[in-house]
Amino acid sequence: MGLLSDPNRRRALISLLTRLNTPICLVCYMAGVAWFMGLAFEPFTLRTYMSENAMGSTMVEERFPAGERALATGREFAAHKKKVGGMPVDWLVKTMQARGLEVFTQSFSRTLPFPDENKERYMVKGTNVYGILRAPRAPRTEALVLSAPCSPGDNNQAVGLLLGLAQYFRNQIYWAKDIIFLVNEHDLIGMQAWLEGYHHTNTTGMDWSPLQGRGGSIQAALSLELSSDVITSLDLVLEGLNGQLPNLDLANLFYAFCQKIGVLCTIQGKLQRNDWDSVSGYSHAVQTMMLMVMKQASGRPWGDHGLFLRYHIEAATIKGINSFRQYKTDATTIGRLLEGMYRKLNNLLERLHQSYFFYLMPSLSHFVSIGYYMPAFGLLTVILLLRETHIFTGRYLSIYSACIGNSPLLIKYVSSQQSSPGVLSVLTPLVISHLTGVALYTLPIRFQEMAVEHFPVSETEAVVLTAIAVYTAGLALPHNTHRFLSGEGTEQGWRVLKLVAVLYLAVLLGCTALINFSLGFILALTLVPVAAFVTPHIPKVLSAFILVILSPACTLLFSVFFFQELQEMPVSFQDGWLLYLSVISQGILDHFLYGSLVYPLIALLVYPCWLLFWNILFWK
Amino acid sequence: WLFRVETTLNMFIYSSSFTYFFQDNAGQFFSSGHTNNWAVLVCTSRFWFNYRHVANTLSVYRSVKRLGIPDSHIVLMLADDMACNHRNPKPATVFSHKNMELNVYGDDVEVDYRGYEVTVENFLRVLTGRLPPSTPRSKRLLSDDRSNILIYLTGHGGNGFLKFQDSEEISNVELADAFEQMWQKRRYNELLFIIDTCQGASMYERFYSPNLMALASSQVGEDSLSHQPDLAIGVHLMDRYTFYLLEFLEDIHPASKTNMNDLFKVCPKSQCVSTPGHRTDLFLRDPGSVLITDFFGSVRKVEITMETINLTDPINAVNGELQKETYSYVDQLPVSEIIHQKPKQKDWHPPDGFILGLWTLILLVFFKTYGIKHLKHIF
Repeated sequence: MGLLSDPNRRRALISLLTRLNTPICLVCYMAGVAWFMGLAFEPFTLRTYMSENAMGSTMVEERFPAGERALATGREFAAHKKKVGGMPVDWLVKTMQARGLEVFTQSFSRTLPFPDENKERYMVKGTNVYGILRAPRAPRTEALVLSAPCSPGDNNQAVGLLLGLAQYFRNQIYWAKDIIFLVNEHDLIGMQAWLEGYHHTNTTGMDWSPLQGRGGSIQAALSLELSSDVITSLDLVLEGLNGQLPNLDLANLFYAFCQKIGVLCTIQGKLQRNDWDSVSGYSHAVQTMMLMVMKQASGRPWGDHGLFLRYHIEAATIKGINSFRQYKTDATTIGRLLEGMYRKLNNLLERLHQSYFFYLMPSLSHFVSIGYYMPAFGLLTVILLLRETHIFTGRYLSIYSACIGNSPLLIKYVSSQQSSPGVLSVLTPLVISHLTGVALYTLPIRFQEMAVEHFPVSETEAVVLTAIAVYTAGLALPHNTHRFLSGEGTEQGWRVLKLVAVLYLAVLLGCTALINFSLGFILALTLVPVAAFVTPHIPKVLSAFILVILSPACTLLFSVFFFQELQEMPVSFQDGWLLYLSVISQGILDHFLYGSLVYPLIALLVYPCWLLFWNILFWK
Repeated sequence: WLFRVETTLNMFIYSSSFTYFFQDNAGQFFSSGHTNNWAVLVCTSRFWFNYRHVANTLSVYRSVKRLGIPDSHIVLMLADDMACNHRNPKPATVFSHKNMELNVYGDDVEVDYRGYEVTVENFLRVLTGRLPPSTPRSKRLLSDDRSNILIYLTGHGGNGFLKFQDSEEISNVELADAFEQMWQKRRYNELLFIIDTCQGASMYERFYSPNLMALASSQVGEDSLSHQPDLAIGVHLMDRYTFYLLEFLEDIHPASKTNMNDLFKVCPKSQCVSTPGHRTDLFLRDPGSVLITDFFGSVRKVEITMETINLTDPINAVNGELQKETYSYVDQLPVSEIIHQKPKQKDWHPPDGFILGLWTLILLVFFKTYGIKHLKHIF
């Protein structure tokens, strides 16, 4: 007799869940996908607004006058860069000192685990140059950062504008925080070295010289990418390492100033549209949102700002885009926009924390917060929990009916039968799957030399192809683990394994979605149907094919094609395959260079989980 | 000689009518019954974006000082230093009009309570007079039963409370009780209370002491709005109500006869967007007969008397040559005295082990006399 609940009601509810399990699962899945697609529909989103009181509205007077001079400085920088053949350190130091900043340099070096074919580098050596503008009257406790990456042949105007702004800022007396002007070499690697040196941490094993000058705790940072003298629009990039996003107030600030000055601003490179009630308008918003989801799920920093977020510094990248449009914006206007943003950031009293840290943006003026998008994921996870109860009550009911319907002797036999799929039959597949995962994580890097000896491929290709080989070898496992299993082929064995696997997947997806919602959601979309419907009794060939299609590797392949489609640069199959290989190599490199967690997550946790389901499929 | 009698007679009539005229006006002079004026001006918000609250308070301070109340009778409480804030592009100034027309900070401002000293406790202590004996005169409200006090509060507020410094609040009940304490200790003759915050009218709802008049910038449920931003400084400079109050006060001079009914009309809804309110039911006089300068100015009362008083000669005759005194400055920090000072005589306590030793002695004597078997009674 239950005290808090009625056992009859409970039993009725559980039996209802067990009977209608499949329809409810299907409905939940459809509802989850529909909810996610509905997020981009404008009436369901909120307009962005400034939450931080100290930043207030855009009421500052921007007076930056020297856009042309900044461009001239940029051309000088380009000339010196070409002469030196890398970063013109001496010229930069001299120029920054002439503008009244305290200039310091940092040298760093890193040998990549394998050569990076996209950027053609293997042993990287470089120097970062940064100048600190000390606030005239304030104590040196807080700082803001303005950075521009030094890339060969590109981004000269950004460095010129940075130096022009440095000169203008130096003449003002209203700065309450130090401003650090940073020019980093080898983009993300240099930025990582600088940040590690600034915060006295060393998480990625890089070699760098310690920083001689420091400016206090950094409140916000902006990275500039500007490659032309005039631009037609400014693009804001928010996605950072591991899918972390800066505080929404930074995006709001940018948007507010764009509106005040009258510059065209975009996010994901897509312009805003006003016709949200038409089909094309809605699909435009969906495309923008899906681009953000894809970029966030990849876990890589999409601009130099992405590495700041790990240190709880709100940062964004502003890219200048010059496309075929009539109205052009010159460097003075961009300088004024940045001046306005920095004056507002100067007014901050504490770190940006009033607005959201977890959000999706279907356009620059609308956003969806975590409270609105999480139910989509929750609906998918509910399917797993429903399946849990189904399996669990299935076992329970079968024992119950066995006990009711049979004699005591039979009960004893049945109960002894139930206890035979013990720990070993569950533990063995688990251990073997995880060992395969560990192999997938360690083998590609470790055996790249051996692979290069035996096969005519470059190191990068060796690593990627080894990874794919290990992945495919894992598919052969069920036929081999049965040799080690004692309780093989029992009815109850696979049920227990499925129970464990579904729980494992639910916890894994839940934790992933908390940190990186996009990655969790995409994995859930493909793995939840796998988890829900795999049993040894379904037709083997068809379900094996479906399982492979829904595995993480194929999900990645389809995502690559989908991403290219969204960016309106669709690729053919060969190019897509090569792109896929480079995406895998970039993912592995990101992990070793900056500490991105996507590669270890997939290799060590998601892939073994998927292998467990593969194991269940081939249980007999 | 008749002509001379006539002129003397005319002069007599003329002077008597003159004195009569004076006595008439003198009667008007003394209708309020106060002899001195005090002002307590409080700005309760800190942070750079609350620049306008400091500018509000300083502009009322300027007006009050211009109309005659001296610094010794003004208690000015500013919760933050805007003039010397790192973000101020014009250091040492606080402007109230955009394009930097009027600098209300000036170079002779005297702030009595500054920064973190502006707390609810200090404010109530100033009002009620319960200050520690070491408080200097400039931080005290030394009013008596013939003082008219002006109290001006500005900051962020809500329904029934006013926020001090982002960490505490004063409620309307506390304020009303503080005023009652002041009444019972006869610390004021009449009191004018002006508040410029959101929902300011809620702060004077609970008053119950006599001779209180109150004005607020907005009713309950309304927000008081700020007036104009200055783009060069980057903040709002003033709140609307105080801006129009300042404009109104600029027209007042020490001899003006404007009364409270005009003050109630300052900043109507068309200018202020919020509805200013006032409360006069506790005030004994008719507001129409109360002059603005009764509270905002310090009009000296002059009593005309026809008596003559004989003063004794204060200067003593000096015998012989004048004594020349040599003057010297008192040592501001007598370092040599501090270095060579003898240590201060503290109260004498017996040395530490002494009491313990004393009790041990007593116990030993006790047990020697009465035997060791009594030890078990202790342990």
